[in-house]
Amino acid sequence: MERIVTIAVLIALAAVPLLASVFDAPFYLDLFGRVMIYAIAAISLNLIMGYGGMVSFGHAAFLGLGGYAVGILAKEGIDSGFVQWPLAIGSCALFALLTGLVVLRTSGAYFIMITLAFAQMLFFLFTSLAEYGGDDGLTIWTRSDFAGLIDLNDGASFYYLIFALLLACLGISARLIDSRFGMVLRGAKANERRMQAIGFPTFRYKLAAYTISGAMCGLAGALLANQAEFVGPSVLHWSRSGEILVMVVLGGMGGVAGPVLGAATYLLLSYFLADLTKHWAIIMGPLLILVVLFARGGLLGLLSGRRAKTDAP
Amino acid sequence: MSDILLRAEGITKRYGGILACDNVGIELRAGETHAVIGPNGAGKTTLLAQLAGEIAPDSGRIHLGARDVTDLRAPERAALGLGRSFQITSVFREFTTRQNVALAVQAHDGHSFRFWRKARTDAALIEPARAMLDRLGLGDRAGVPAALLSHGEQRQLELAMALATKPRVLLLDEPMAGMGAADSERMTQLLSALKSEAALLLVEHDMDAVFALADRITVMTYGRVIATGTPAEIRANQVVRDAYLGADEAA
Repeated sequence: MERIVTIAVLIALAAVPLLASVFDAPFYLDLFGRVMIYAIAAISLNLIMGYGGMVSFGHAAFLGLGGYAVGILAKEGIDSGFVQWPLAIGSCALFALLTGLVVLRTSGAYFIMITLAFAQMLFFLFTSLAEYGGDDGLTIWTRSDFAGLIDLNDGASFYYLIFALLLACLGISARLIDSRFGMVLRGAKANERRMQAIGFPTFRYKLAAYTISGAMCGLAGALLANQAEFVGPSVLHWSRSGEILVMVVLGGMGGVAGPVLGAATYLLLSYFLADLTKHWAIIMGPLLILVVLFARGGLLGLLSGRRAKTDAP
Repeated sequence: MSDILLRAEGITKRYGGILACDNVGIELRAGETHAVIGPNGAGKTTLLAQLAGEIAPDSGRIHLGARDVTDLRAPERAALGLGRSFQITSVFREFTTRQNVALAVQAHDGHSFRFWRKARTDAALIEPARAMLDRLGLGDRAGVPAALLSHGEQRQLELAMALATKPRVLLLDEPMAGMGAADSERMTQLLSALKSEAALLLVEHDMDAVFALADRITVMTYGRVIATGTPAEIRANQVVRDAYLGADEAA
């Protein structure tokens, strides 16, 4: 069932450009493009949260760092995506590796607070960078240039690039969690003390997972900056970290596709509800509570008829 | 003495005003089953946790074979052949029985920075896991999530995982805990069959099992070792009778 839900969602996403051109509504390319970008961010968070038990409340830091890497390079006249994107992903991996050395020494509520603290540090850093827009953020005048290979200014091309990257991230995390590495991660979530007693030095595996997650979220950041043609401190505000967290919980942490469902539901609901009333959060809030209360496997669990999360085949 | 596999000397651990372990010394010889007994709160589990490397002692040294392992953490000691099982069953409930053991096999099959190949179908993990489960009589439960096993089966799985790490020294924290007479008897047989494979250090309250299995017994009360000797010596020891066994028999 889970596979069917996943494939259905992906087919729907693949069909968006076609429908958008038939109904002459290019705006939907933007909307669903953003859905997929946040889905990548949510997949990256789910990797450490759903499978590693690491509840990061600072994942927007990677979204922002990846975006600023693109923005700052663009402002300095380096438009090539072949430079921008690896740097965006690399700087996020490095940031995750270095902060991971600290945050992974904690767990539970402390982990949440320290990830938040590091994200806030980055938030204030970029707020104070007057050279790169400070409070106001940074407009990106030209999207990343891939030397004619793909043109990000073409709506459909950009959309399918995001789609392909989403598929790649889904595939990577699906393989990852079933690999030996993934088993260590899941074991450490369930019972870290036991993992150490049977001989796993769990810290290094968690650090690797945290770094991979940060890098993947950095990719989402680079995409987001390109799509919005803008990056600002708001991208790494703590409320953004909260939104990514909500997407993961909403979609369901038990399967790789949960975050895609969560990102789509959250962003589309908030978009259409905001059309209805400016107090849309009043509707969204109770909705979230209902899902958390009655669908412990999130929407994915609900749709695939799975009552509680289980890793058993 | 080269036949001593595990030696702890002068182990002291203090929690606030409480001396959990007070200058504890214990030796585990090759081929030996050594039981640690004592009333609740005697510091047995704390001692085990220090031997396993989960808790650092305030003072004292621990040797595994010829090597001083006092400063090594639990995973490093496990890599050197120190296995352990827990008092409270701590199997991975979401994993199947086979996956639980496969994970223990994996821990001693090189590093786990292997990101692509599926662990579930990895013969290098599955085959040893299958063999271990067959040996412990859990073969037909291999595909069942560990959460669905009976208590006795979970205790056996716990042991299977510890054994799958191929330990030279196995620390067992109350392997019979919560078991009925039949399960307890079965576990006693399993453990006595292990003698040739690993030296066992056993913390246990089930006196029938202790006296059936142990070559030597160490008695602890209030964080101190009050006696060490063969079962016969311990049974005859007046201090032990007063402090522990006597009270047990009177009850």
